[in-house]
Amino acid sequence: MAEAVISISGLRKSYGATEAVRGIDLEVNRGEVFAFLGPNGAGKTTTVEILEGYRRRSGGEVTVLGEDPERAGREWRERIGIVLQSGRLDPYLTVRESLDLYAGYFRAPRPTEDVIALIGLEGKADERTSRLSGGQQRRLDVGMALIGDPELLFLDEPTTGFDPSARRQAWDVIAGLRDLGKTVFLTTHYMDEAQRLADRVVIIAAGRVVARGTPEDLGGRESGETTIRYRRDGREETLTTTTPVQALHELTGAALARGETLEGLEVTRPSLEDVYLELTDAAEMNGTVEGSGR
Amino acid sequence: MNGLALVGHQFRYDQKAFWRNPASVFFTVMFPVIVFLILAVVFDGEVVEVRGGIEATTYYVPSIMSLAIISATMQTLAMTLVIAREDGRLKRGRGTPMPPWVFIASRVGNSIVVALMMLALLAAIGGALYGVELPWERLPAILLALVVGAATFCCLGIALTAVIPSQDAAAAIVNALLLPLYFLSGVFIPEDELPDGVIAFADLFPVRHFFHAFFDAYVPAGGPAVAWDDLAILALWGLAGLLLAIKFFRWTPRSGG
Repeated sequence: MAEAVISISGLRKSYGATEAVRGIDLEVNRGEVFAFLGPNGAGKTTTVEILEGYRRRSGGEVTVLGEDPERAGREWRERIGIVLQSGRLDPYLTVRESLDLYAGYFRAPRPTEDVIALIGLEGKADERTSRLSGGQQRRLDVGMALIGDPELLFLDEPTTGFDPSARRQAWDVIAGLRDLGKTVFLTTHYMDEAQRLADRVVIIAAGRVVARGTPEDLGGRESGETTIRYRRDGREETLTTTTPVQALHELTGAALARGETLEGLEVTRPSLEDVYLELTDAAEMNGTVEGSGR
Repeated sequence: MNGLALVGHQFRYDQKAFWRNPASVFFTVMFPVIVFLILAVVFDGEVVEVRGGIEATTYYVPSIMSLAIISATMQTLAMTLVIAREDGRLKRGRGTPMPPWVFIASRVGNSIVVALMMLALLAAIGGALYGVELPWERLPAILLALVVGAATFCCLGIALTAVIPSQDAAAAIVNALLLPLYFLSGVFIPEDELPDGVIAFADLFPVRHFFHAFFDAYVPAGGPAVAWDDLAILALWGLAGLLLAIKFFRWTPRSGG
């Protein structure tokens, strides 16, 4: 049986009259990469900061590594790593110095050189952080969260604002964390990020869970309709079906018999993006989303 | 690492960051030296009518030392802590096992070490260029005034961060508070030139008491070396700053995040 590293039940958080989180239940198991997906203002950062011990909840039960984050102390902090949504680095320290500084905070840190290799900054180890690109700074931020060799890592929107190549490099770093056996709690508003990295996804909107599952079967995608597109005599043809294997067999069999090629043949299921937009739009219609992403 | 070893560890990096930061090196180290040299060049040979008449350069060595000590403590702490807070660096640090007091102790230690360096630097410049020797026999009284003043202005600098909303506002707020007080307290303008009403007004603030205590300790003429009344008032300011700092200091950015 999977061991729960994080368990949340009935979590609520209000800021004055605004309810940012309206009853969330979820569990994260040891060794998995868990994505907490939702649009800006959905309550992602509020939730993750409650898990990290930065914010107090208004209601519900929260256990992280066996402790209540509101009461957890230094021993607990030895076991977690945090990458905040926004956080700059000391511009006057180098990459290696920044990591060495943080290594001193932990009882059993990972060797600095290991972490530098893990975040792919070998060539930049002695550069001041102010000379790094945005993507490199973010990877160092991840490195500073990893230096204590934590069991559980929180990443709050780790690639927001990145160009595609910086994002790809950050993804490689995060994918490497799974191989190290870390449990990763990732918040993101990018569907492709969740799809690429996560073992399991929970989608929230307006402070509530609207869907949960693996990236493959989320929102009933597995059993949904499949769309088949092709061109015939220069005309676009579209066919939707719940039995794609049979439909394709008939279509291609008939085409072969007539000696046709079915140009531009394409078989698609609803993308995670389609499912996501449908779910979050519906939730935002029902509940009002107020406040910021904090 | 235990707590003290951790303070030492943090201190090494705080020192590196301090000396590599052009703004802190300029405002804390270069600015007092430049101000001293300007005042010394302009007023060299003149006599200031305090303590029965002393050389202007003898006056300005301790007066600019007191400015440098306030700058190394209150000004440096208020500015660097606000910048670190708004950068999210304080918040990140709070997410680690490092106890918060370690971080503050290291920054205060950094300020006091820089204050001591400034004492040595200005004493050396005053001695080499103008023959103003450090009164070695009064060194205990000088260090006592320095430590009480530095501790007080550290507490006030940390407390002040609570009312500084952003990085951009930090320098403006700190300078708007301190620069007028330097003028009114006899730091830039010798106190024999200042009307009694100005001195009485300046006496309401800690800069004047620190300047006065430090000057009494430094200038070997008449009176006891230790101005206990000024030091006591300073310590009260420091205590008030400490209580406000404990109550209102924040680790998370005021803007966003």
